Amino acid sequence: MDTNPYLEKICQTPHARKLNLKLVNAGERSITLKLPYSKEIIGDSVNNYIHGGAVSTAIDTACGAAIFQLQNNLRALATLDLRVDHIRPAAPGTDINIFAECYHLTHTIAFVRATAFTDDIGAPTATAVGSFIRSNKQFPVS
Amino acid sequence: MSLVNKINSIKSRHDYEALIELIPYAKTIGVETSMVGESIVSSLRFMESNIGNPAIPALHGGVVAGFMENAALLHLMWEIELVNIPKIVDFSIDYLRPGQASTMYSKCDINRLGSRIALCNVTTWQEDINKPIAQARCHFLLSENKPI
Repeated sequence: MDTNPYLEKICQTPHARKLNLKLVNAGERSITLKLPYSKEIIGDSVNNYIHGGAVSTAIDTACGAAIFQLQNNLRALATLDLRVDHIRPAAPGTDINIFAECYHLTHTIAFVRATAFTDDIGAPTATAVGSFIRSNKQFPVS
Repeated sequence: MSLVNKINSIKSRHDYEALIELIPYAKTIGVETSMVGESIVSSLRFMESNIGNPAIPALHGGVVAGFMENAALLHLMWEIELVNIPKIVDFSIDYLRPGQASTMYSKCDINRLGSRIALCNVTTWQEDINKPIAQARCHFLLSENKPI
């Protein structure tokens, strides 16, 4: 896995640790994160489906990480917008993987898309598209 | 007792705290609810574990999104006669300001309520209701088509 030295930090923020987000893979402008299944993130306690909010969080984090990977520094980012389509629920007990890609970067804006899946990226559980604004400051993680 | 029956019983008792118990994720991020007039209002007190950027410190954007999606879900569960648990179809959020280390509040409107789909708009703010930190719109599936 060819990652820049800052990439791990995005999984070390307090909330990323709370959800136990794990970096699985990284490409030139893309990354894959894992959102491990946990009882704490269930939204539908009858079917044991994961809450859409936990999926949105993993997607937002993965998209930020994909931008870090492409820009290869810790220039800070803020999400402008994010749209998530929930295609099918993930089977209870299974981890969700998020593949996120930064498909265009300007001086000010980063454009991203992401796919959430369990085993097969060809059968996604959710897809997302978003844009981020880039700052001139460094992402300050202590 | 089925979950829908359970929710209807919670509603008739006006026991909105019991509603949160049904959604483990809402407990994880620390959602609280209260009644303002006849509507259910969600709030989220600041918690260390909801931080996305430790230096400011700012809330994780995903927590803001999850809080808002959950606020819409609770609002729907409270406002309408449920057949099934509403299932999220899509969720779209615009971030207006960073989420600071203080309490978040939300307001939800149902813009369209059909037999199958509900469209909700959610606004979230912190100190000043006139300075929202995010706006979101989302569709929920209320009941499915039968196969033709």
